[in-house]
Amino acid sequence: MTNNWVDISNSDLVFVMGGNPAENHPCGFKWAIKAREKRGAKIICIDPRFNRTAAVADIFAQIRPGSDIALLGGLINYVLQNEKYQKEYVKIHTTAPFIVREDFGFKDGLFTGYDPKTKSYDKTTWDYEFDPATGYPKMDPTLKHPRCVLNILKKHYSRYTPEVVSKITGIPKEKFLQIAEGVAKCGAPNKNMTILYALGWTHHSYGTQLIRTACILQLLLGNIGVAGGGINALRGHSNVQGMTDLAGQNKNLPTYIKPPKPEEQTLQQHLKNRTPRKLHPTSMNYWANYPKFFISFLKCMWGEHARPENDFAYDYLYKPEGGYNSWDKFIDDMYKGKIEGMVTVALNFVNNTPNAKKTVRALKNLKWMVVMDPFMIETAQFWKAEGVNPSDIKTEVLVLPTATFLEKEGSMTNSARWIKWKYKAIDPPGEAKDEFWIFGRFFMKLKELYEKEGGAFPEPILHLTWPYQNPYYPTAEEILTEINGYYTRDVDGHKKGERVKLFTALRDDGSTACGGWLYSGVYPPEGNLAKRTDLHDPLGLGTYPNYAWNWPANRRVLYNRASADAKGRPWDPERPLLRWDPEKGRWVGDTPDTAATAPPEKEIGAFIMLPEGRGRLFAAKSYATFKDGPLPEHYEPYESPVENVLHPKVPHNPVAKVYKSDIDLLGTPDKFPYVATTYRLTEHYHFWTKHIYGTSHLAPVMFIEIPEELAKEKGIQNGDMVRVSTARASIKAIALVTKRIKPLQVAGKTVYTVGIPIHWGFEGLVKGAIANFITPNVWDPNSRTPEFKGFLANIEKVRA
Amino acid sequence: MDISRRGFLKLSAGSLGAGLVGGLGFDLTQAHARVRELKIAKAKVTKSICPYCSVSCGILAYSLSDGAMNVKDRIIHIEGNPDDPINRGTLCPKGATLRDFVNAPDRLTKPLYRPAGSSEWKEISWDEAIEKFARWVKDTRDRTFVHKDRAGRIVNRCDSIIWAVGSPLGNEEGWLMVKIGIALGLSARETQATI
Repeated sequence: MTNNWVDISNSDLVFVMGGNPAENHPCGFKWAIKAREKRGAKIICIDPRFNRTAAVADIFAQIRPGSDIALLGGLINYVLQNEKYQKEYVKIHTTAPFIVREDFGFKDGLFTGYDPKTKSYDKTTWDYEFDPATGYPKMDPTLKHPRCVLNILKKHYSRYTPEVVSKITGIPKEKFLQIAEGVAKCGAPNKNMTILYALGWTHHSYGTQLIRTACILQLLLGNIGVAGGGINALRGHSNVQGMTDLAGQNKNLPTYIKPPKPEEQTLQQHLKNRTPRKLHPTSMNYWANYPKFFISFLKCMWGEHARPENDFAYDYLYKPEGGYNSWDKFIDDMYKGKIEGMVTVALNFVNNTPNAKKTVRALKNLKWMVVMDPFMIETAQFWKAEGVNPSDIKTEVLVLPTATFLEKEGSMTNSARWIKWKYKAIDPPGEAKDEFWIFGRFFMKLKELYEKEGGAFPEPILHLTWPYQNPYYPTAEEILTEINGYYTRDVDGHKKGERVKLFTALRDDGSTACGGWLYSGVYPPEGNLAKRTDLHDPLGLGTYPNYAWNWPANRRVLYNRASADAKGRPWDPERPLLRWDPEKGRWVGDTPDTAATAPPEKEIGAFIMLPEGRGRLFAAKSYATFKDGPLPEHYEPYESPVENVLHPKVPHNPVAKVYKSDIDLLGTPDKFPYVATTYRLTEHYHFWTKHIYGTSHLAPVMFIEIPEELAKEKGIQNGDMVRVSTARASIKAIALVTKRIKPLQVAGKTVYTVGIPIHWGFEGLVKGAIANFITPNVWDPNSRTPEFKGFLANIEKVRA
Repeated sequence: MDISRRGFLKLSAGSLGAGLVGGLGFDLTQAHARVRELKIAKAKVTKSICPYCSVSCGILAYSLSDGAMNVKDRIIHIEGNPDDPINRGTLCPKGATLRDFVNAPDRLTKPLYRPAGSSEWKEISWDEAIEKFARWVKDTRDRTFVHKDRAGRIVNRCDSIIWAVGSPLGNEEGWLMVKIGIALGLSARETQATI
């Protein structure tokens, strides 16, 4: 989230799409209702199902799964054609005036530079035109140049007319225009729209671009950085934000620094590649500090063994081959027998992954597996899955019983980047242990083995900083100290071991260590700020600056500099998130997302992390772009019932990750005529709550939601057992015949959608089919997130 | 219920006046109306956060025991924390049944091991479990570690251990796991966030 939960109540329009917060984030969604009470805000809900968010919305539109970019592109087109964008904001806070290269283009579904052989793009043309005299991109502040970003956008989205939008999404034109009108009103400086989304947007083969479409719309409307605005990912799990920040994914090192590439053989090469160059003379370009963050991380890992002479132990870091070794890649490697072992903690590998039949077969190829969980989960018992003979499975499996949240202390990071502390209430049952204990013991044992026996490149293990009073049982605050960062020697009046106050104290000379620079400041010398409980709200906007701690720098709304105009005055004086105070000579309000004492005349860009200093409407290669284009484009899901109206010859994202082994099958609408989409219920959390008495009673039975028109056609009654089959597999469940999903008219064809909740499996108090046995193995090329929303299925009644 | 000295005197005087009350043969003090004390009044309150979605509702967990070392605290009640600015005391159906999560009867309580080809679990000790875990990781890492790639570049990584970190883990234990994964040079580290 750029903003925060309570801030939703400052909104004029709550735009919910690709998420269902009334059911999946109920206690956060109350702030949308509050916005209605407090400000008369409207709620728009766009979803494939008339869900409980829709039930309280002012406008609901039923959309065909997978057609979201078409709708958002249509909104961008409407806003641009009718000049409803916030002109001043767009001029000073976005890249609209930047001029794009002459050879950049887009035709028939492809951007310039596509190579059909490698199914990838040469991105050279996706860039700005540079002024050789200054070295910066050329700009046209009048926004008249035909190749300025604003006009490139206008041209690109001019194809997304209300008629085309309706044809692709199934939303009637009148309904679309009603939505567009409401949205366009929020281009006024004192009208703010918030966008709330969740996995309904990420689970596509173009999910990253989908979210970018929303960002572009919000930038045009001047809604980024303002109270009641922003683009707000409603994340699903309690600490999914924290584990993303702290680099659960191998593509990052903690808090978005990067593991080196094989071609970066020296520290200098890596730092040179990763430290961006300014693309505008007044941009702050905060990533210029990359070397400080990176070297402080190396110091945190290897302490005194990370010295300037050895490039701060740079060689101890892994250099992954071919980029991101993500779920799709290592499941495929495992399927091909290239992986020996797996350690998985608080995560249900089998139930989580698409085309789970492939996952189960892949797990058979492991020599060993270690599963840690409070419950016996399907993954640990994959050798008991249907159709599997245990004696054929040679995998050795360990299950280690773990503590739940109340049985250990520590912090979690919520969707709004608030790091909140939780205390330990009780001990875990029986011999169950928390992960501090388990990983403390594991590491000490591993180190002992390497000390005794030697082994492959033991240095990074033997030299790993392990600064815990009881090395067998690290504590949460000892680890938070490492994450926050500390001085490694006496320097400038700071003592060795003293915790740094904020990431601004970090250095690239080895005098500081820090395990996650964005979290630096959570545990300064004065104490653990995640524990704070002060309810003081000085702006009256629900920022609560002294409640818990918000990364980065306790900033409650990201890009808040953009909430004020060129002179530093809030666009909306009634919601003064940040303003320049000439008397004090500083910005006042939220923690400023700019240099605190730099007056507005200095024109420091509001988007300090970007080398342009401005919100990016066009993802130019000079800094970073995407695998599938500098602008979002509508593509059909890999399994779609209709052709792509915009470019029938390039129907799908041409660079999506698609696997084609004997088991990675895709279906066609002749055999699988219905669109299927997965979703979650308010009573359940993934695959844990089926182990729990209360929630299992509330929602005991796996079901398939079927439109009543389709049910009638198929002779299916409410409560009948049905089989849903896809090219991959089939599952059985009870039919829930519904009025909540209507047939849609899409490009002259009637399209039915069926809904599949995901929460069951063969373990727990209540049992049911694992939905992911039927989902396709197709992935977004950027995020490597699977396409769970919008695939093809057939459905039939099972005769008893 | 205690009777104050003053009350006792009043009662005695009344008894004398009525001449009967004192001779009823039972103690009237027991008949006074009495509000039953709430079970949670004696409980320990712990502030925590709901482990499900990332709204991060503040909760208050009430646990009970007499504090003796052979008596384990038990969670008897969980409610929303009214002083948390985000949920202001509310909880959803999942949050409202959190007590059942912690007290679930099918919680795992012992390390379990399944040998190759077996159809049964067998209970093992933590020492054995940690020994196996470390041995497996070391042997696979040593066997498959790539010091240099085909082009002769130093890459120092191991591609053949998947290291999957769940998102209900707290920042600290999650970071500890990431730290060890990076030290081992594991390239196949992933988390729930991606899927």
